[in-house]
Amino acid sequence: MAWFRRDKGSASKKVKVPEGLWIKCNSCREIIYRKEVEKNLKVCPKCNYHFRISASERISLLVDSGSFVEIEKEMESIDPLNFKDLMPYKERLKDAQQKTNMKEAISCGKALIGGYPVMLAVLDFGFMGGSMGSVVGEKFTITTERAMDEELPLIAVASSGGARMQEGMLSLVQMAKTSAVIARYKERHMPYITILADPTFGGVSASFAMLGDIIIAEPKSLIGFAGARVIEQTIKQQLPENFQTAEFLLDHGMIDMIVDRKELKQTLIRILSLTAGSSKTE
Amino acid sequence: MHYYLDFERPVAELENKIEELKRLADGRDMNINSEIKKLEKKARHLRADIFSRLTPWQKTLIARHPERPHTIDYIKLLMEDFIELHGDRKFSDDPAIIGGLARFQDIPVVIVGHEKGRSTKERIQRNFGQPHPEGYRKAIRIMRLGERFRMPVITLIDTPGAYPGIGAEERGQAEAIANNLFEMFNLRTPIITVVIGEGGSGGALALGVADRVLMLEHSIYSVISPEGCAAILWKKDNTNVGQQEYEKASDALRITAQDLYELGIIDEIIPEPLGGAHRDYKGMAESMGKVLKKHLDQLRETPLDILLEERYKKFRTMGVFKKE
Repeated sequence: MAWFRRDKGSASKKVKVPEGLWIKCNSCREIIYRKEVEKNLKVCPKCNYHFRISASERISLLVDSGSFVEIEKEMESIDPLNFKDLMPYKERLKDAQQKTNMKEAISCGKALIGGYPVMLAVLDFGFMGGSMGSVVGEKFTITTERAMDEELPLIAVASSGGARMQEGMLSLVQMAKTSAVIARYKERHMPYITILADPTFGGVSASFAMLGDIIIAEPKSLIGFAGARVIEQTIKQQLPENFQTAEFLLDHGMIDMIVDRKELKQTLIRILSLTAGSSKTE
Repeated sequence: MHYYLDFERPVAELENKIEELKRLADGRDMNINSEIKKLEKKARHLRADIFSRLTPWQKTLIARHPERPHTIDYIKLLMEDFIELHGDRKFSDDPAIIGGLARFQDIPVVIVGHEKGRSTKERIQRNFGQPHPEGYRKAIRIMRLGERFRMPVITLIDTPGAYPGIGAEERGQAEAIANNLFEMFNLRTPIITVVIGEGGSGGALALGVADRVLMLEHSIYSVISPEGCAAILWKKDNTNVGQQEYEKASDALRITAQDLYELGIIDEIIPEPLGGAHRDYKGMAESMGKVLKKHLDQLRETPLDILLEERYKKFRTMGVFKKE
């Protein structure tokens, strides 16, 4: 063996970062101490990039401590098409369930936010990319119906790649179903507030996410209909620098405001105090 | 000369032979004439056989067939007094969507549909039937006129999907589609949708909230194109996906009219002439006209409050899950 030959094995071992201690920011690419990020509500201390968080993290961030009462927690997909690509859909579901400790990609329930009772639906990107199939559509719809029955404000947090391919057209029609129930909800006089987190795309942005009376986004989240790669391949051009960021959408009049994670709850409380003032429980 | 798809090759050869014989015989030679008759019968059987066992991928190719009738053709064949309306009153006029007022079997209706265009020039002008947000906004604006003037709305779906481009995103493609879904549930007039070719995802559904959703026999309707699905789910490292994967994806997604009828997504399948709609425009339009009229009569008799309640329930109950 030549003396100058590089030993690839040991070189790659050397740069390996200890599992979980450090993380790389998706936006500024800095390597940051994980604990520091976690202390900062999973926001990059260097560039203010908001990391994706799980539905349960999101809920504890937004609601009054201990007030969340989950509904329809056990609802799950039954793989209606018996879908199999390189891996059966059933297995993908099982993996996602183990990984997230959730039965599906959405967590719904009743909660208090600054003392205001609300219905809340939160997507979890960690569960198959927060994709919407039959269960996500049904749970969102039930949550909205419950908000109508009890005359409560409705808050939805989106973080999703879009419709779930593995349920075919049954997924696509969930766009219609969720929009239908929102059409009914809007006959009432309670606010529907949506929070768009990174990323919000496809069938979710093109249905209940963009139908909010008030639409809030987290800084730098990517939001759009078609994915950037698909657009690039179609038009064969480079995309503008801040294309499909929350800031880009605000510029183009598509959302109401961009709010830092640490100020989200206070912002919701201020909106609720103006729009749902009478519903507060003392 | 017809445009033949690969799987039609056996029948194409036969039909070309028949054409040739016809030219030779010029209608006079009785022997050749009877031979032609025999071959024509054989060709019909062969075509019937091929078309009775089309795979979902083959149906996809028929749904996108360059000679397949488009919205414009159905308007010409089924409607009178068509008055085309333009523009969304906000930004521009999107030629990928065509719409207006017309008379269908003596009933004034609103008609809106995707239009892919026929010649190369027109295809480019119409962006191959892929709308921008202004297309969806124009569509709902015209549909609203149906509500105002108590005219039922007929929508025809035929699109690869909403256009993925910079301007489309800047002007709110997602919002435009979401708003159509939302508004169509509130539209106080009967709505009938027919998928006439390709029902491509959200860009198709944005015209597809209706009291009756019908599909032509060889049309498709899908959450994602088979190619798009294959590229995401069938891609192994560093290998490109091809026809084999497209076939697998189109099987798995359940995109045919027959599958979707079984799944309860659509209400009725409209039969196509032998060999597909493009072989007989008139026959296709007649078949579609009959079914449209039947549903229109039913829907026009339904009180509006009940109609809207039923439209809501129809979509409210879609989805399959386990509740526990």
